[in-house]
Formats: sequence, structure tokens, C-alpha cells
Amino acid sequence: MALENLFGLVKERWKPTSSETTKEENTEAVKGTAAEITDAPLAAAEAAATSGGTAVPFKCPRCMQTTPADAFSQNLWVCPSCNFHSRISALDRLRIFVDKGTFSEFDKTMTSLNPIEFPGYDEKTAALRAKTGISDAILTGTASIHNIPFVIGVMDSNFLMASMGSVVGEKITRAFEYAEENGLPMVLFSASGGARMQEGIISLMQMAKTSAAAARYSEAGGLFISILTDPTTGGVEASFASLGDIIIAEPKVLIGFAGRRVIEGTIKQHLPEDFQSAEFQLEHGFVDMIVERKAMRKTLRHILRLHGFGGVKNVG
Amino acid sequence: MSAKSAWDCLQIIRNKNRPTVENYIPLIFDEFYELHGDRHFGDDHAIKGGIASFEGKPVTVLAQVKGRNLNENKNTNFAMPHPEGYRKAMRLALQAEKFKRPIICFIDTPGAFCGIDAEKRGQGEAIAQSLFLFSKLKTPVISVILGEGGSGGALALAVCDRLAMLENAVYSVISPRGAASILWKDAAKEKDAAEVLKITAPDCKSFGIIENIISEPIGGAHNSPTDTAENIKAYISNSIRDVTKLNTEELLKARYHKFRKIGVYGE
Ligand SMILES: [Zn+2]
Repeated sequence: MALENLFGLVKERWKPTSSETTKEENTEAVKGTAAEITDAPLAAAEAAATSGGTAVPFKCPRCMQTTPADAFSQNLWVCPSCNFHSRISALDRLRIFVDKGTFSEFDKTMTSLNPIEFPGYDEKTAALRAKTGISDAILTGTASIHNIPFVIGVMDSNFLMASMGSVVGEKITRAFEYAEENGLPMVLFSASGGARMQEGIISLMQMAKTSAAAARYSEAGGLFISILTDPTTGGVEASFASLGDIIIAEPKVLIGFAGRRVIEGTIKQHLPEDFQSAEFQLEHGFVDMIVERKAMRKTLRHILRLHGFGGVKNVG
Repeated sequence: MSAKSAWDCLQIIRNKNRPTVENYIPLIFDEFYELHGDRHFGDDHAIKGGIASFEGKPVTVLAQVKGRNLNENKNTNFAMPHPEGYRKAMRLALQAEKFKRPIICFIDTPGAFCGIDAEKRGQGEAIAQSLFLFSKLKTPVISVILGEGGSGGALALAVCDRLAMLENAVYSVISPRGAASILWKDAAKEKDAAEVLKITAPDCKSFGIIENIISEPIGGAHNSPTDTAENIKAYISNSIRDVTKLNTEELLKARYHKFRKIGVYGE
């Protein structure tokens, strides 16, 4: 893990410091070594290449309204009609969320092998690496918002529905371990269809491994902010994603353990529209708050500061 | 032990006379007292908890309960726990930690229940909290998969210091039926899916997921529940002896690394 100088300082950052900037938007942040994230935060239109893809209009799966591609990406890939927070690539998430140039990636070359010799799995992951430009379903590393450094993980549903196999499990575990060693907060954007069937029982074990890493980090006093995005389900919802000290969801996203069709098959009736929505989970007590994409940076900055990162004064 | 196919194993564990934990508890423990409820919502019959004496020493027992007939299965929901089942298990695990007794877990479930109420009460959160708690619990945990080790619903009782499978048991991230419907849009191809997923005890041992395979009588455990119970008992006895050699710090470190090292990737 090659890391920039900024993060050599952070062992002291368990304690509040008073010299932090309080500017609302990104200042010229300390430059990272990873050059791939160079767009200004919230520069959504420039990032449209990965999430928006071509200029195909967005048809909202929730309200069925169609939005032109430009308007959709300008709106941070949020449906302007119903506020559904649509899926975005991990790279776009980083572009709109972290300080420009501060993302420094861990384990950039870690790739899936095929432990149970699942037919077609090697070909599938190779094709997805080429298509998405990322090595597997999560990016991890260090980054900052408003100069407050933290460890970040962002899952990407474009890669096998961000299912958790060995790579996702190992990267998350290493990220927790790094955060613990360096006294950094951990911010994890989850999105997943669950455990990665193509890795068989080994993928199931990643639930235990990541949860154990989260437990160790918690015992050491680490702050874990878990952000649930569309969709957070199955073995990811049933492991680290549900273990945040603070759990935040984006509006209208799908969060749940069992698949909707599985449940409908069991009970032989249709489920209500809002079943397993972020709002449903808030109502039932499983998320702390629902935060809009455009307010995420600000919310995170405040939460980090309230935990003594970047100085607790001048919150607001 | 000859190498059986996953399909052979599934036929054996689906035998209607296959012993369940209800058969084994009286054969393995003395003075079993069931302890009920999660103290918040209710008492889930899919997971049975209690205290008992094992070779003269107190232990906590946590077990998923398959029914041996339709009535029993109605009562235990075919061993598919709701969140309150996992929360009862966590309550009793903390109690075991407090009174410094080992925990013996018996796993036998198709998976955690998938339903509206289970979602409303936080099925995923309950499993996540189980993984979190057991990974740092300051008392030994010994687990055995008796038949079906179905996904996260099984894993919730398998974050342990020693894990064994009965010879014909299976342990899988997804049911072969579920995998078949995803892979080939045809649940009837579950036989093929079972082989692809590599779910047998020898498979799991070769991947380093389990430490031991417990022998069953020829043809399967139903041919002699007593002999099977003896084998399980010997495994529990040896495992407790092994893990109690470690102090708490060593125990927790070893447990962390047992899971920490599982994963296959290139760098
Ligand atoms: Zn909409």
C-alpha cells in the first residue's frame, strides 16, 4: 500500500486538532499519488462517461419517468421526478464525494481467481475488468473531504452486482486493518447483491472475515460510517454493512436480506412497493438517517468532526 | 470414507429418518435445560438454546432444530430462524461468556427465513450482529454442521474456534436449487448445481473451511444415531481439550486468523 505523506500524519488524528479548515467546499486539497481521480468533487457532468454511459435517457425503475442523460448526470444520477438515488460507478462516487486528487487506492491489482473452478467465472471477471476499468467490485483506499482524511471503500454494482467474493472480502478487511493501525475513520459505501456464488463457500466466509475485522476495529475505538446505496442486500447487508456505528442510506434505495422474488415466492403474494426501501428500514429502526447524495459530503464532514476528526469546533 | 457426490450427500441428509439435534442432545449431554427467548420479541423454535453438562462440565448449547415430521417442522419453521432466534443465541452466548463455559453449536438449516416479518425485524442485522459478536466472544465456541449448512443463516452459528461437518453434511453459500434457478433459470437442475458449488465435507476441508469431518455409519447417520452421537461427542471432547489450552487472548487471535486467512485472489 503506497501512501502519501498526508497519511503519515494521521496517527495523531484520533485526537481533535484545531487547525482544520472549515470551508464548505473543497479547497486545494493535498495532492494524492493516485492521479486517476482528478475531477472536482460534484463535477458530475464530466463523470458521466462511467455511470451514465452513453447519452441514453434514464428511465427510473421506481417512478418510470424518463430523464435526459445530461439532466440526469447533472442531478448526480438522482431521479428528478421521485428522488430515487440511482446506482453509480465507484469512480463517479469518488469524483463527487472526496476532495479532488486525494484518493489513493489500496490493492489496485488484486483480482479474483477461480477457487471452485466455477464454469465461465474467469472469463466473466476478465471481461468485467476490461469493461469497468476496475479490478473487482470494490475500490478501497484513503481519501479526504474538507481535508479530513479517512479510509474509504466504494462498491460498484457494475461488477457482478458488486457481489462479495475473496477480493471484496480481503480489500475490506485490509481497509479496516489499515484504518485501525493509522487511527483513521472508515467510510464504506455499500452496494451488493450479496455473496458471490461463483466462489462458493469461500465467498460465504468473507461475511465472517469482514465482520470480524469490523469488530476488531470497533474494539479499538474506530469510527465506522456505513452508507447503504442501491442495492444493499444478502450477505453484505447481513455482515459489515449493518455494523456501522452510524448507518446512513440514500433515499429510495433497496436494502434488505432476502430477495423480493424469493419472499414473494414463499408468501404467494405481491409485496408493497416500499418494502425494503431505505424509508422502510428507517421506519423499522435499521438505519440512522437518510441523506441525499448532494448533502453527503457536508453530512460526513459534520459527523467526522463530531467524532473529533478535523477539529470539533465550528461545526456547521 | 469414500468420496460421495454432493447429490449423494443431499439424498442422505434429506432421509426422513435422519437424526436431528433432538436425537443427539440426550445422547451427548446430561442435564440439558432449555432457556427460552430473546428478551425483546419472542422465542424462536428454529433455534434451541440451553445449558447442559458435557462430560461433567457446564456448557451452553445452541442448535438449529429440524423437525422429524410435519408437526415438528411447523413448530420449528423447518429450522429456518427469524431474527429473534439469532438474538436468543446472542443472549445465551453472552451468558456463556459471563459464566466462562464453552459454547457448542449445532447447525442444520436451509438458511435464515425469508419473509416479511423477518425483514421487518432485521434478519440481516441479526446475522451481522451474530458474526460480529461471535468473532470476539471471550469463550470457546465449537460448532458442528449436522446436515444442511445453508448460507448466512448457518454461518451465524459457525464463527467458532473449531468447525466440523458430519460426513454427509453440506455447507453452501446458496442452496443448489437457488443456484440452479440463477444459473440456468431452472431449479430442477439442482443436481448439477450441487456438484458445481463444491459443498461436501471433503470439499470444505480441502478449502480450509472446516477442521474435521465426523464419520457417519455406513449409509448415513440414520443407521445408528447412537454411533453418530458417539463420534460427535469425541469430536467435541477433543476440541474442547484443544481450545482450552489457549488463554483468552490466544483463543481470540487464533479465531480471527482462522477466518482472516480464507480467500483466494491474485495480486
Ligand atoms: Zn423516479
